[in-house]
Amino acid sequence: MMQPDHLIKKLKDQDSSAFEELYEMYSQSLYGVIYTIVKDGVLAEELLQDTFLKIWNNANTYTSKKGRFFTWILNIARNTAIDAYRSKSYNNKKQNLSADNFVDIIISNEDLNRKTDAIGIEKFVHKLKKKCIKLIDLLYFKGYTQKEAAEVIEIPVGTVKTRLRKCLSDLRELVKE
Amino acid sequence: MKVEEYISSGKLELYVAGALSQDEVNQLHEAMEEHPELIQEIERIENGILALTKYSAPPLSDTVLDKLKTAIQPKEPAVIPLPKESKKTNWLAISGWAASVILAAGLGYTYIQKQQLETDFETVSKEKQVQENQLNDRIADIESMQLLLELTRDPSVSQVTLAGQVADPDSYAKAYWKKDELIVYIDAMGLPEPPPGKVYQVWSLKLDPLTPTSIGLLDDFDRNEDQVFELANANNSEAFGITLEPEGGSESPNLEQLYVLGAVSP
Repeated sequence: MMQPDHLIKKLKDQDSSAFEELYEMYSQSLYGVIYTIVKDGVLAEELLQDTFLKIWNNANTYTSKKGRFFTWILNIARNTAIDAYRSKSYNNKKQNLSADNFVDIIISNEDLNRKTDAIGIEKFVHKLKKKCIKLIDLLYFKGYTQKEAAEVIEIPVGTVKTRLRKCLSDLRELVKE
Repeated sequence: MKVEEYISSGKLELYVAGALSQDEVNQLHEAMEEHPELIQEIERIENGILALTKYSAPPLSDTVLDKLKTAIQPKEPAVIPLPKESKKTNWLAISGWAASVILAAGLGYTYIQKQQLETDFETVSKEKQVQENQLNDRIADIESMQLLLELTRDPSVSQVTLAGQVADPDSYAKAYWKKDELIVYIDAMGLPEPPPGKVYQVWSLKLDPLTPTSIGLLDDFDRNEDQVFELANANNSEAFGITLEPEGGSESPNLEQLYVLGAVSP
């Protein structure tokens, strides 16, 4: 998907139809990130709403100099979810949930059967090595820096990017078309 | 840095994750201006992550967008100017209209209140469910604490401290042996989580000659939050040991993977 520059520009002008289009494009993915962090559908929907309100209210602070628009909103979603995860009210609500990373969630996702593009994703995660799962989880779902991820997995900082590249190579082929 | 070097370095993956420093981002942006093929590769990576994250949650309900649309609407109410053309004011017509407007507003208000009450009710029932779950968790916690306390107090229970061995000298465990009921409780809080495909196996040992007898596995190690396991033991044990074995357990212990060991005091 090309970066939707025209929509981003309209969003900055507080155009609600552009906002809706961007919502259609990114909401399910950001919801996936939030859900993977908090693991509670109702709470995740509330946090997704907060995330998009932040996107709407802070659209003016985004510039392509910082990076991709997706990266910017991904960051907002992660931070919103992580803040909630660390908050007291979440800890009070916390229930015992067995699914602990995106792979478990994808594999147990019943909606997959009904979507054709989901088959490839399911195959991809089934083949993912454990060390890849952890790395992808930390960098994309948890917002760790290269250095933080290196410390957690106990590998040299330089290995993080090359390993990540390897881990994602099949995924890249999958969406190539 | 050349284009191929950039692509194979893994930096583009980090860029999409937001894990590059601003300096590295600036450098990359300069390279992207010269080499648009970098942008294509970045878009491919981004598409992959979009697809992956998309299925990491159940489908999203439509209500989120509806709520957002309401939330981003401009706040100030629309003002409809009254026409000032007619010189004579038709008070009857105006009051008639006013009455119907008030009635409509009243009905609308009642409807909104009803909706609100329904949502409130739903929230309260969900909270109640959450609290019930929490309460059950607490009860389970308290029960296992009580069990440990009773075991420590009960004079008929032999307590055996199992100290760390070759496989992991830092690990430890404790066995509480209720001889009269033929039960051994293992408190495995001090054992590391077993790697996938492996399981801890508990052995009852006779010392002379050394004869191990399996008394069970510490199954579902990561699910058992208190790490207290109940096993049947009808043996006349002289010591207890725990080894790491392949899933399903082994016939005889793998002594290289001996984690903890401790003798029963006579």
